[in-house]
Amino acid sequence: MAMPMESPISFTNVGKIKWWQRGIFASQTGYVLLALAVLLVIMHFASPYFFTEGNMQNVAKNFSFIAVATLGVTFVIITGGIDLSVGSMMCFSAMITSMVMTELSAPGSPAGSLFVHMAADGKTVLANVPGLILLISILAGLGVALIAGLVNGFCIAVLGLSPFVTTLGMLSIVRGLGYVVSNGRGSFPGGPDADYFYAATSGDVLGVPVPFIYLMILALAMAVVLHHSAFGRHVFALGGNEKAAELTGIPVVRVKIEVYVICALAAGLQGIIISGWLGSAPANMATSYELNVIAAAVIGGANLAGGIGGPLGAIVGCVLLEVIRNGLVLAQVSSYWQQTLVGVIIILAVLVDRIRSRMS
Amino acid sequence: MANADTTPVLELQGIGKEFGAIRALHGVDLQVQPGEVVGLMGDNGAGKSTLVKIIAGNFRPSHGEIRFAGSAVHFSRPVDARAVGIEVVYQDLALADNLTAAANVFLGRELKRKFGPIALLDHKAMAARALELFGELRSETRPDDLVKQMSGGQRQAVAIARTRLSNARLVMMDEPTAAISVRQVEQVLGLIHRLKEQGVAVMLISHRMPDVFAVCDRVIVMRRGEKRADKPIDQTSPEEVTALITGAKEAA
Repeated sequence: MAMPMESPISFTNVGKIKWWQRGIFASQTGYVLLALAVLLVIMHFASPYFFTEGNMQNVAKNFSFIAVATLGVTFVIITGGIDLSVGSMMCFSAMITSMVMTELSAPGSPAGSLFVHMAADGKTVLANVPGLILLISILAGLGVALIAGLVNGFCIAVLGLSPFVTTLGMLSIVRGLGYVVSNGRGSFPGGPDADYFYAATSGDVLGVPVPFIYLMILALAMAVVLHHSAFGRHVFALGGNEKAAELTGIPVVRVKIEVYVICALAAGLQGIIISGWLGSAPANMATSYELNVIAAAVIGGANLAGGIGGPLGAIVGCVLLEVIRNGLVLAQVSSYWQQTLVGVIIILAVLVDRIRSRMS
Repeated sequence: MANADTTPVLELQGIGKEFGAIRALHGVDLQVQPGEVVGLMGDNGAGKSTLVKIIAGNFRPSHGEIRFAGSAVHFSRPVDARAVGIEVVYQDLALADNLTAAANVFLGRELKRKFGPIALLDHKAMAARALELFGELRSETRPDDLVKQMSGGQRQAVAIARTRLSNARLVMMDEPTAAISVRQVEQVLGLIHRLKEQGVAVMLISHRMPDVFAVCDRVIVMRRGEKRADKPIDQTSPEEVTALITGAKEAA
């Protein structure tokens, strides 16, 4: 259809929004980042040990231990949902990974004979293909997370159950299954590929902890997906106005299932990384971590009402929690104060955001 | 603009709809010409929204035939109606507040650029096209502003720009002026004029008599599931339409 071409619109009535009132500067993530910077400066003067290489590595490693799962849960929170099952999912994935690894590394068993053989000395177990056992066991761990994520997504998107109740149920189901498969004992990564496993989960590359590298790669990928792909746009639309998303023809059910699957996979990966650092996957691993993860996401600016959030916020939230924990230890404050302080910060972060949005 | 020799963009013949024992619509015939603005009026429960939902593809009619641009159509889902060129601007506008104007205009049909196997959003092209559409609607709306920072009139412009994107030939607007300020009502009526200028047929569902008389070429009054009146706006009066809506006057 031919349209009369108008001259470009002149904005006589509508002022341009000032740069400090838009984007990151007007977001909770922005001033939590600012608070974090201030905190880092204070820590530098409070303790000479804070900015040492060892302590920085420690901090980087520790916050990476919840940050990957926080990225995942941020996806869910942006759509306006919640996933309480991340803690249990970490444990179960880690447990399945190390159990599969142990099983495939036993030369006597039917599965093991395909993957390993005895060395000439009759004692050492050698892998037929180095690294294959590691790959299969990690895929198995992520596979169970995928299934649990699909079940979460199906119940929420197709059956219409509330995300809170569904994932609360899944928290219990997955934790219970962990106890069932392990008989409550937990499991240890073993066999010829165990060294690769430790290197891939808790090693360093040029002094940078591996989990931190994974985190940076995943966070970058998440930023691209959220802001430069149609899927990311639909995730935000779903959190902003679900009815509008449906009316404009967005495949709401599919997007919802996908975010719960992403969240479960992130939690599974996180669990596998943690078990590498712990050297085992005990049955009570990562209990109540879902609260830390959700707290980190919310402090970093993800809005539980949906529609707002991102990878930077997730990481900033995790770093803030870890710096506070680390700082309290260095300042020789009783570590029992930590939880109390974390609670205060959650409320403060949300409160400041409320005041700011009232003022503008 | 509505010449006698043009095919009507929308033609309904004997449309009826029953929900169980309830007869929501009965024997509705109507025609809408390209570039014509038709007001659809009626009290609550008169069958307006059922009629709109049938045209938009939410319901299938129990009886009768829908012809769009001369050929018979059967919609089983709203997407089917949108595919032939029927767009609905909903009362609550169906906008995602947390996204920009351009993102809302292109929601569900984003422009993408291929980078090998990956398709990424083409922000520039979307912003440029959105600015063009806002220009056509003469609305001072910046494509990169968030919808939550916008006035009611700007929001309407965003919702209407969305219908222009697909080159819709019939736009149905459900109570667009119900909950906005006087100045913004002016803007929305202006937007309807812009659509009309471009040959788009508009069906305006409204309770507000002054708005209907300000922009419509023709008014259709529904009562108790039947069409009671279908008159050019200059041959009727607000008083007559009110009488038709309430039933004080049976038909005209």
